[in-house]
Amino acid sequence: MARRKKRTTKVVITGISGRLGQLLARRLHRLPDHEIIGIDRRLFPRCPKDVEHLRIDIRRKACEDLFRRKQIDVIYHLGLMHDPRRSSQEHHTWNILGTQRVFDYASRHGVPKVVVLSSTDVYGPQDDNPAFISEDAPLLGAQRFSQIRDLISVDMMAQSYFWKAPEIETVVLRPVHILGGVNNAMSNYLRMTRPPVIFGFDPMMQVIHEEDLISAIVAASTPGLRGIYNITGPDALPLRRLVELAGRTPLEVPHFVAPVIARQAWTMHLLNAPAAELAYLRFAVTVDGTRATKLLRLAPQYSAAQSAQAARRLGVYDAEADAARSVALTAPTR
Amino acid sequence: MGERRGPRDRGHRLGRTARAARTTAGQIIAAAESRRPQRLVERLWGELSEAIGEARQLVGGHSWRMSEEELERRYTHLVGNKNLGEAGVDPFGFSPHYVRKVIPVLEFMHRVWFRVETHDIENVPEQGRCLIIGNHSGQLPFDGAMVGASLLLERDPPRMIRSMVEKFAIRTPWFGTFCMRCGQVTGLPDNCRRLLEREEAVMVFPEGARGISKPFRDRYKLAAFGHGFMRLALETGSPIIPVGVVGAEEQIINVGDFTALARLLNTPSIPLPPLALVLGPLAMVPAPVKYRIYFGEPLHFTGDPNDDDAVIAKKVAVVTAAIEALVSRGLAERKGIFI
Repeated sequence: MARRKKRTTKVVITGISGRLGQLLARRLHRLPDHEIIGIDRRLFPRCPKDVEHLRIDIRRKACEDLFRRKQIDVIYHLGLMHDPRRSSQEHHTWNILGTQRVFDYASRHGVPKVVVLSSTDVYGPQDDNPAFISEDAPLLGAQRFSQIRDLISVDMMAQSYFWKAPEIETVVLRPVHILGGVNNAMSNYLRMTRPPVIFGFDPMMQVIHEEDLISAIVAASTPGLRGIYNITGPDALPLRRLVELAGRTPLEVPHFVAPVIARQAWTMHLLNAPAAELAYLRFAVTVDGTRATKLLRLAPQYSAAQSAQAARRLGVYDAEADAARSVALTAPTR
Repeated sequence: MGERRGPRDRGHRLGRTARAARTTAGQIIAAAESRRPQRLVERLWGELSEAIGEARQLVGGHSWRMSEEELERRYTHLVGNKNLGEAGVDPFGFSPHYVRKVIPVLEFMHRVWFRVETHDIENVPEQGRCLIIGNHSGQLPFDGAMVGASLLLERDPPRMIRSMVEKFAIRTPWFGTFCMRCGQVTGLPDNCRRLLEREEAVMVFPEGARGISKPFRDRYKLAAFGHGFMRLALETGSPIIPVGVVGAEEQIINVGDFTALARLLNTPSIPLPPLALVLGPLAMVPAPVKYRIYFGEPLHFTGDPNDDDAVIAKKVAVVTAAIEALVSRGLAERKGIFI
């Protein structure tokens, strides 16, 4: 019996040199019949041999050549800038133009699937947030924290392609705080020796381990899926409990002086988070993740305690541990 | 009261209750209105000393605390039927462990300070979704706390109620966290719907801030009810249990609302208790009035949750009437404010 050769799935990962990009690349690399092409200006240390890495800016026209050359099946758009130290202008052009380009290439060259990684930050922490924010809730994240306007625009822009280019299966993932070796606000917060908490406030927090998020991103590329999904990990827990689980002692700060201190620390480069992010320590942003758990068939593999522990160290890539983990994680799905 | 009913008085629906109020504690007020304050003070003093005697007896005999085994039994029941996460806290922020620590305080408020008397508590089902709807009063939400405490301390098996609080509470340091850990949630229809779908008992005061901060002259007159609770009851098929709370109106005497300052401070209301002239901020400590809580028979409603306001209003009126009946029963049965 002649064995029909299975067509390889060609995937593009933007922002492959970031922590999540690297994890995703390694995960997909272990799947059979996957060809991975990464786009990132930054270096990709210890890049697997058969992963093609294009060191160009996503906004450059030269990128398009890749899509002319190859019939791409999935674009994972992780190449979004979150660094609060970069200028707002750079953020806007990079995130908004970059996303626009991704969708342009996809619609022009018939890419059937685009997965965009947004986040639950788009909902924003408010005192009148419901305990379960659903995907159709208004995106109010920028009302007190204007620096994330561009990320909200990216989310909205991705949504607009549901009708602008209905032939593309667009998936927008909005994960809760990602914990692990990633360089993001929440993981950096848990890396502080005394993470500050606000006197008298203890909001509920939802976290997800980076590996669980990668599983969600991979699951989102299933043909036929489209839409917006909140991605949640284990059950929500109070902030102070999370800090405890990470093995830290919280530092109590009254809410009326916290912004003043935070602003000073920010200008003195002692703190890498803008004062507006303090709202996360006062009010909860907890989302309803049932849509993703049902449609993407997700179940978190890591508990909140494991995730908090994983966030203690900035990620240094451990190939062996990754190999063991990937086998364990991919085995049952095949 | 009845004689002075002016055009601003919108409590005419509650004529019956108002009449009942006159026959009981209302007598005291009548004494005041008959310009014989001497007798009013005497009578109140008599009542208060009787109440203090009762409280002294309770504290002296240590009979206000439940036994350790009883507490353990109630706590296990509380944890038993809840879907709690890794940290022992449910997604809304409720922690049975925290409630266990708060129970002595609740017991003190319930048994000693307010000497709560509950009637027909078995009308609240042992399990399954239900909406508990009550009259709101007393400037500070001790009425909600006492209904919750009654169901925790007096009902057997105990039932945890989740009440809807103003988002102002969530914004307040400590108090917000305290409310959340004790099972309160931000008053949003979405939260209420989800709690009912999880088969919880949800307490709602449809009068909201209008009810709790009404001035003393409007005591035991229900303010206009919101319609949201009825739509949710219809949508989720939850029975409604009316509750009448009698006593809370007299805990803090209030003559008005400092709306301008309230708007400035972004709070729902700032009450103006006349006793503040003498007592200062202590005027906001509730007087040790006697609470009487009456649970009514469950009411079942059917219909389209998206019906016109006029149709919903008719159903809401049934609930209002049931609460009014409970309140007037309470007013008729009580001998005084403190006893």
